[in-house]
Amino acid sequence: MQPLIFTRFMTVEGLAGWPPPVFDPAGPFAGSITTLAWVLTGMAVAVLAIVLLAIWTALKGRPALRKRLGGERMIWIGGVAFPVVVLTLLLIWGLSLTSGISKPIAGTDMRIRVSGEMWWWRVSYLDGQGREILRDANEIHIPAGQTVALELTSADVIHSFWVPRLSGKLDMIPGRTNVMRIQADKPGVYGGQCAEYCGGPHALMGFVVVAHTPEDFGRWMASRQAPPPAPATNEARRGAALFASAGCAACHAVAGTSANGLAGPDLSYVGARRTLGAGILPNNRGAMIGWIGNSQAIKPANRMPAYTMLPAEDLKAIAVYLEGLK
Amino acid sequence: MRGKAVIEKAACAACHAIPGIKWPQGELGPSLDGFADQGMIAGRFSNRPDLLVRYIRNAPSMTPGTAMPAMPISEGEARDAAAYLYTLHDR
Ligand code: HEC
Ligand code: HEC
Ligand SMILES: [Cu+2]
Repeated sequence: MQPLIFTRFMTVEGLAGWPPPVFDPAGPFAGSITTLAWVLTGMAVAVLAIVLLAIWTALKGRPALRKRLGGERMIWIGGVAFPVVVLTLLLIWGLSLTSGISKPIAGTDMRIRVSGEMWWWRVSYLDGQGREILRDANEIHIPAGQTVALELTSADVIHSFWVPRLSGKLDMIPGRTNVMRIQADKPGVYGGQCAEYCGGPHALMGFVVVAHTPEDFGRWMASRQAPPPAPATNEARRGAALFASAGCAACHAVAGTSANGLAGPDLSYVGARRTLGAGILPNNRGAMIGWIGNSQAIKPANRMPAYTMLPAEDLKAIAVYLEGLK
Repeated sequence: MRGKAVIEKAACAACHAIPGIKWPQGELGPSLDGFADQGMIAGRFSNRPDLLVRYIRNAPSMTPGTAMPAMPISEGEARDAAAYLYTLHDR
């Protein structure tokens, strides 16, 4: 599955931040994990060197050295004391370095709940009491320079939440809530990917984290409190009517309308998303029509049916309506 | 290869299977395999570079009602994309 992820749309500006580099931390949590990874790599190389040296000594070394190497003292020092001391120190250091990432939620934390669904992401912004204040999907907006606590869960099978540049990788388990913190030091777009095989199009289950300056984030949050603008043109109005009559509303919600389906991603502001299909296509007219008309060819076995029975002008009208939701 | 980058950026492959692009291989529109050796564009216009460039950028202006949408690319990008399509010979 890996090659597919890393070859798709290498050059696409529309999918900024993709593929997410793994050794390029953009915040303190990812930073400490990267430090740990490099230290572990360094230690592994050092141990390998010691072992090779010991083998060489055992085969070709001077007799006196070989005798020492085979002695009981060497086993106590090299075989027991060295690993116990080194591994204990590493464990303590590693745990303290990363302990802040998943400590329990405190009252002042900014909270976002993310639920893995086959094969997309349901996103809820929560207030201090854990009440939902905003629904979205496939995109997570955060203020830069600020720690955000994610409550990770799953609606079906085990998924894993991973934004390599912002934090660690944590499983999303049905019936459980795992906490992981993320932080971006600078505004930007950071790619993420499901990191636990969850069947079918798992490799095509991506998302993006968008970090804003704190002021921009405040504006964004305020603008999302209102429902999206009503369709402004005749074509968009026709698209809105088709959205209801073609059955889209059974699976999708659009705030401020009668569409309140929950089986698929919330589309209230789908026109403002950077991607379609859960992080995999740039969001433009063509990709929108192509997705609605036949998402099954793009993301095989995903849970949205193909709509090849809709005539071209209907597909276009629906796309125009959805584009306007921003 | 500039043309291939344009095609990837615009996500033409959301609707077309295009040789050289592994994923996606959309099926809303026709496969563009062998397009260089095809006589007509969309069964209506002779397969010439100038017409193809126009078609790629704004198909609905030439065949109203088609599912092939106007694509958000510049004239130069459309020329690059067309150049790539003209490398797709019958195999
Ligand atoms: C049976 C339920 C169902 C129906 C009916 C349905 N969808 Fe979907 N839709 C989904 C699911 C599930 C997804 C997420 C697919 C994925 O990424 O794995 C989705 C994804 C989408 C997306 C992409 C959203 C994003 O953020 O990437 C759009 C746009 C969309 N649907 C539009 C429509 C339209 C328009 C219709 C009606 C013509 C429709 N859907 C009908 C279930 C449905
Ligand atoms: C929303 C889906 C969609 C997207 C996106 C799309 N196309 Fe198309 N395309 C179609 C359809 C459908 C047809 C068939 C139109 C017809 O015959 O009237 C078509 C026809 C064509 C043809 C003529 C094919 C033939 O056999 O005559 C070419 C060439 C073409 N498209 C190139 C492109 C390029 C290049 C892009 C990206 C810049 C693109 N298309 C994006 C749907 C799409
Ligand atoms: Cu997965």
